[in-house]
Amino acid sequence: MKYAFWPGCSVPRQGTPELRISAVAVCQKLGIELEELSYAPCTGSGILQGKDLLLADTLNASTFAMAEVMELPLMTICSTCQGVLSQANKRMRDKPGHLAQVNQTLSEQGMEYSGKLEVKHLVWVLVEDYGLDRLRAAVVRPLSNLRVAPFYGCYIVRPSAALGFAEHPERKDSLERVIAALGAEVVDFRGKTLCCGYPLVGVNDETSAGMVGSHTSEAKEKGADCMATPCPLCHMNLDGVQPAAAEQRNERIGLPILHLTQLMGLALGIEPADLGFDRHAVSVRGVLAKMGY
Amino acid sequence: MQARLRVRRFDPESGGGARYQSYALEVPSYATVLDTLLQIRDDLDGSLALRCSCRSAICGSCAMRIDGQARLACKTKVSALAPNGEEITVEPMGNMPVIKDLVTDMASFWNKVKAIEPWLQPAGPPRSAGEYLVSQGAMRDLTQVMACIMCGACVSDCATLETELGLGKDPDATFLAPAALAKAYRFVADPRDGADGERLLALSRAEGIWDCTRCNICVEVCPKGVAPMDQILALRRKAIAAGYEENLGARHTLEFEKSVRESSWL
Repeated sequence: MKYAFWPGCSVPRQGTPELRISAVAVCQKLGIELEELSYAPCTGSGILQGKDLLLADTLNASTFAMAEVMELPLMTICSTCQGVLSQANKRMRDKPGHLAQVNQTLSEQGMEYSGKLEVKHLVWVLVEDYGLDRLRAAVVRPLSNLRVAPFYGCYIVRPSAALGFAEHPERKDSLERVIAALGAEVVDFRGKTLCCGYPLVGVNDETSAGMVGSHTSEAKEKGADCMATPCPLCHMNLDGVQPAAAEQRNERIGLPILHLTQLMGLALGIEPADLGFDRHAVSVRGVLAKMGY
Repeated sequence: MQARLRVRRFDPESGGGARYQSYALEVPSYATVLDTLLQIRDDLDGSLALRCSCRSAICGSCAMRIDGQARLACKTKVSALAPNGEEITVEPMGNMPVIKDLVTDMASFWNKVKAIEPWLQPAGPPRSAGEYLVSQGAMRDLTQVMACIMCGACVSDCATLETELGLGKDPDATFLAPAALAKAYRFVADPRDGADGERLLALSRAEGIWDCTRCNICVEVCPKGVAPMDQILALRRKAIAAGYEENLGARHTLEFEKSVRESSWL
């Protein structure tokens, strides 16, 4: 089982390096082979798409072309990357003229994209390719006394037409399935598929923090010990902005936000020290204590 | 086929708060949620209030929250949501005050549509005779937004709007929201309109195109395929191209683009 690995832009590289570290560690533990795409560019994150859609799709097609040369499907570890890449892929599949235009630019670099690459987030890889039974069998420290609230990130749930939900209905609740396979109790709450507010950072900080406060407070109220997300942008906002959000709401929240890969790492027996928890704004001490660390 | 609906009821004259009432009834296998609600009103409970008209997904009157998502009741089959007779939850649209049961007050919705000046403003003196002619190709770009039936589904579920209302902002001073912004694109992109500059400047201000959090909910819930967020992004591209860069959203986008162009990274 091998994938071309797209670790994502500077967010996992600089903003949340613990995501990349924990993703590589859990994949190694599970025997999922990764071949990194060191030269792949930023996906545009939905921001560049608000300036130059053709440039954004061309950049992403170049990433796809690199994976095609490796003859491997592409794996992502970021909901936003996944969604942006899925949308770009759909545009190129739906409009052959668009793909031809993109390929014209790529040909200047000696590259070409067929329009057929499969692109999957790790959480989909686990449910569809790896298998939850196999994941359950790999768990050495079941998270049995942990209550975990899932938080998807917009781009991995919408627009569903671009995300293959019709062919792969299990993608709709893939995060809950993985959390449950790790032995934890899933805490369901309305905010799990809503926006974390990250795209509004620097543009409308008040509303951005409002989203963080609303979701973390709701999950906490429903009894969650922590929240787990497959999106580093959600992590940055839900964790980093949480103190400001708590102040805005004038309440204590203190809900640890874990990358899904960190949660997996704990269940797979990777030492907490190797999962990058020291970088979190909201302390994860309570979670580790419940795990017996 | 048995349909089971759990309907949010609210009657301001009762003095009480909102409550949920469950109904179970036999309906044809092809019944929509609207058919079922009308049957409830006709046969079981004449006090149930709802809006509807065409029953064909054309008029936009019957938008409501069905199983937590804004949908047209007339376009939603009971069998699609409840293949095994599950209970379906029916609530009024979100992000607007409830007048009674499933009927909402759309005043703020219309105020925002009016605020974007939804009429053609041609440049220059009016033509002395004949019509304003437009090529077919130029109008094709507009057909997607012209499909909007102003049902309010996108506004009901808009995440930015929900958050701002939750923070206690005056409804008319909150995010313009997807429906009005998609409508704005309809005029900005119309070759007959001559007010693009003024429109894009106004839309670039606070609570306009740059306050969309790009969550795609409006794209998901729109029953007519308008994809409001895609139109908002198109407006962003047009606003930047027209030079309206003196705002945080545009500056952030330009910095982002510069970095990606220079290094392919952030």
